[in-house]
Amino acid sequence: MPEPLDDLDVSVWRGTASGGAYQSFVVPTMESQTILDVVSWIQQYADPTLTYRFACRVGMCGSCAMMVNGRPRWTCRTHVRKVLQGRKVQIGPLRNLPVIKDLATDMDPFFDKWVAAGGAHRPSATRHEPIPPVDPAQPARVTASAGIECINCAICYAGCDTVTGNSDYLGPAALQRAWTLLNDAKHDGRAAIFDAVSGHGGCHNCHSMGSCTAFCPNDLDPMSAIAGLKRETAKRFWRRGGS
Amino acid sequence: MAGERRVRPGRAHPLWLAFVLHRVSGLALALFLPLHFWVLSYALTAPDQLDEFLLFAEQPLVKFAEFGLVFLLAVHAFGGLRLMALEWLPWSAPQKTLAAGAVGAALFLSGTFFLQVI
Ligand code: FES
Repeated sequence: MPEPLDDLDVSVWRGTASGGAYQSFVVPTMESQTILDVVSWIQQYADPTLTYRFACRVGMCGSCAMMVNGRPRWTCRTHVRKVLQGRKVQIGPLRNLPVIKDLATDMDPFFDKWVAAGGAHRPSATRHEPIPPVDPAQPARVTASAGIECINCAICYAGCDTVTGNSDYLGPAALQRAWTLLNDAKHDGRAAIFDAVSGHGGCHNCHSMGSCTAFCPNDLDPMSAIAGLKRETAKRFWRRGGS
Repeated sequence: MAGERRVRPGRAHPLWLAFVLHRVSGLALALFLPLHFWVLSYALTAPDQLDEFLLFAEQPLVKFAEFGLVFLLAVHAFGGLRLMALEWLPWSAPQKTLAAGAVGAALFLSGTFFLQVI
């Protein structure tokens, strides 16, 4: 018989775009409990008006990210016992994004920046042409493959202080996507990507603080992807004689 | 207020600390440099006062502050090298560890040598 565990002292952000405050809940401890379990328990047993977002519950969809004790995390794969401070957990909406209600943020700016960074795939051939073979071991493909496991959870975006300081900055996820496409032999928009990522909100805003890489739940490395964009855009700049 | 509404993100990871160290050391050096040139200018305008100052600079406390200055300079220089390597050399993680290890070992050896010489 496992020892009965103490209840959790959970404070959850309640509010809308115009303001709000943290509200306390006492939540029973359970075995293998995740932060998403805690939020779901509150919504089911304490306050059905609590708003939050999730879908897959297995770390695939990227919809459940929240601030947990000050760090952006995927809540469905974050075990309570890993992040507990005493008996306390603080759960808030993702940073750097407007709040819709409670723990649900408006993801539009995040996805708009994906598109703005040239993140939509443009095929280099039509379906009527033969499929060009791609060698998985080829260096450019290895570089591209390094970033394709992104689930768009916006944890890197919420963790980035450069995004906080400059709302035009495209952010780690969008720039990593651009870097992936730039190295993808089947993508046909390289010039557009170069223009998108070397502009005002582009890769050169990055200060290499590395929170994106430190916080990414899938162990991706957006900071190095952005460094790749910095190198390639700089090389292109000099090749064109500095224009 | 955004600051009250949201929790500030935990940042205490090595990459972020390296960033802060680089920034703060740069700022401190930028504050120091004008003072440094101002004192140097005494060599031309008021040599007596410069001598007085140099005497004052012999005190242990000032010597200790000089150590801090050298530390800042070293931190800032290596921070810059780190940043340039990070952004311009597409090294893999083991390569970075090796490079950092090599610099560390070289510093240790040359430091020991230096301490024996003086
Ligand atoms: S609910 Fe899908 S990633 Fe957490």
